[in-house]
Amino acid sequence: MKVLVTVKEVAEVDDEFQISGLDVDDGSLEYDLNEWDDYAVEEAVQLSEADDDVEVVTVTIGPERAEETIRMALAKGADRAVRVWDDNLADAGFLDVDTKAALLAAVAEAEAPDIVFSGVQAGDDANGATGVALAERLGFEWAAVVNDFELDRDADVASVRRELEGGVEELTDVELPAVFTIQTGINEPRYASLRGIRQAQRKELEVRTIDDVGLDESVLESPVDRTDMYEPASEGDATYWEGSPEETAGELAAFLRDEGVVSS
Amino acid sequence: MSVLAVAEHRRGEVRDVSYELVTAGRRLADGLGGELNLLVVGGDVDGFAEDLNRDGVDTVYTVDDGEEFNHGIHAAAIERLHADLEPTALVAPNSVDGLDYAPAVAQRLDVPLVTDVIDFEVDGGGIEVTREQYGGKVETTYQVDADQYAVTVRPAEWPQAEDRGDAAVEPIDVDVGGESGTTVNGFEEVGGGDVDITEADVLVSIGRGIEEAENLPLVEELADTLGATLSSSRPIVDNEWLPKNRQVGQSGKVVTPDVYIAIGISGAVQHVAGMKGADTIVAINTDPNAPIYDIADYGIVDDLFDVVPALIEEFGGDPPEV
Ligand SMILES: Cc1cc2nc3c(=O)[nH]c(=O)nc-3n(C[C@H](O)[C@H](O)[C@H](O)COP(=O)(O)OP(=O)(O)OC[C@H]3O[C@@H](n4cnc5c(N)ncnc54)[C@H](O)[C@@H]3O)c2cc1C
Ligand SMILES: Nc1ncnc2c1ncn2[C@@H]1O[C@H](COP(=O)(O)O)[C@@H](O)[C@H]1O
Repeated sequence: MKVLVTVKEVAEVDDEFQISGLDVDDGSLEYDLNEWDDYAVEEAVQLSEADDDVEVVTVTIGPERAEETIRMALAKGADRAVRVWDDNLADAGFLDVDTKAALLAAVAEAEAPDIVFSGVQAGDDANGATGVALAERLGFEWAAVVNDFELDRDADVASVRRELEGGVEELTDVELPAVFTIQTGINEPRYASLRGIRQAQRKELEVRTIDDVGLDESVLESPVDRTDMYEPASEGDATYWEGSPEETAGELAAFLRDEGVVSS
Repeated sequence: MSVLAVAEHRRGEVRDVSYELVTAGRRLADGLGGELNLLVVGGDVDGFAEDLNRDGVDTVYTVDDGEEFNHGIHAAAIERLHADLEPTALVAPNSVDGLDYAPAVAQRLDVPLVTDVIDFEVDGGGIEVTREQYGGKVETTYQVDADQYAVTVRPAEWPQAEDRGDAAVEPIDVDVGGESGTTVNGFEEVGGGDVDITEADVLVSIGRGIEEAENLPLVEELADTLGATLSSSRPIVDNEWLPKNRQVGQSGKVVTPDVYIAIGISGAVQHVAGMKGADTIVAINTDPNAPIYDIADYGIVDDLFDVVPALIEEFGGDPPEV
């Protein structure tokens, strides 16, 4: 059985940051494995630990820098990795959901997984759409926002919980092959061990171009274009208490006393 | 140049976001100079159509198939109606169920999709939409150049349409095309237990800024000192440092205390959904650009590990070493 995990390297913006052109300046960004994908990798690795014949493959669309993140997923127990990138992708800048789903689908078709785990959302772009779009492209079943996953291999069915709003969960059976978008909290993602990190260096990390995955540049054509990025004008009218911690805490304490929250 | 908006219901009730869709959808339809049509699928569709008959809606189409949301039936119904109406814009809520069908439907219809839209402007042949990125720290605009497109709109961003309308109601039959590979077996409520954070007058709420479980006693002591209840953002509950019943937000509880003290919480949209109704919001966060300050009444831009002990001492308490 094969499990494919889509893994994104996400950018986090520093407290102080600059925007240059249509994105945050690279100097104000730090990169990390997407939080939701960390849980997705863990869910896959747990399946491979439960059954010997389960192979876990990760797929990432991203530049060479992303290999650090990919190695982290390998160190946590994924067996091998595919990274899709080339000069055309680098030049394209912003990639919309449709383009990413098409590229991921091309890799998935070649890998023929039984299960695809993807994150509910990427922490930076927050489209919340790539996994389900991928499912439709593959003709797979799917479930979005999954926070519990039980596999019945004999029946080829996964019994999952979809986390809805307001503390309500939906109990759903999904026939495989299927894509599941994984919600945080579904498991406890492990830290990579030193041994894992060493082993990861020897694991296969294959780079494929658009051409290699059987597509051509037209996959980059998109009717959706980013036209601007800016810091939103603060809608807030907060009063800021300033000074040393003792001073600001004093102001807050006075406020809480005035409000009658605390009597002492 | 019409709009087709897909309403949402759960367990016998039309969800609020559906009335927000009417507002957003009407605005979009006005921009396009066309009709606003709604679709509601499954459950008590006649009752729902009655509820959804708000000012600005031209027709409510109903598909009487199934009780609760099932993405197979939804996708088939939307596909069918989309082919009939050929709407310029397909609008869905950026809810958990929206996330479960909109991306698949957009693929199937071969229309571009932009999700979690907070604003839009119809221009020329397309639409310009605004959304947030990087945890709400920046806004971006996207130009969609297509004759037909789909957007999902952020919940609680548009007011709910309230006035009664005079929409036509039209049942349609949809052949879902055999068995769906996804079967919904029911629902379960989680997050019960002895503490009810929705009852609290004062909430001390902690987020990822606390860094480690070992540091929690600091905020527990603060809550004790203030006679307040301790709540949290999602990562604290994901890490099992606090039980689910303490989680504030979209997938947790909606709280409306007199005072909400958000400590080390960035103010992600799904968190804010659960606490923006608090009377007074105080934020303690090292990041002056954290979105929580957009809704805070008072702010302290400083390190919680300095401010919280000082606050405990203000009230004569003894801050634990962390
Ligand atoms: C479908 C869905 C449902 C969700 N439901 C919920 C929900 O119900 N509730 C919820 O909360 N989230 C929910 N989320 C998650 C949400 O998107 C955010 O990931 C989450 O709210 C972030 O929590 P946080 O603010 O504690 O952490 P972060 O976003 O990591 O913020 C931590 C903050 O702490 C500050 N900080 C760090 N160190 C210090 C310090 N020493 N002193 C002071 N400040 C410090 C940082 O500046 C930062 O702003 C949901 C997400 C999805 C996709
Ligand atoms: N560049 C990428 N490479 C690999 N997977 C991705 C990429 N972008 C998005 N994904 C996957 O899709 C999920 C949802 O992303 P998004 O739809 O962009 O919010 C992420 O959690 C990833 O699992």
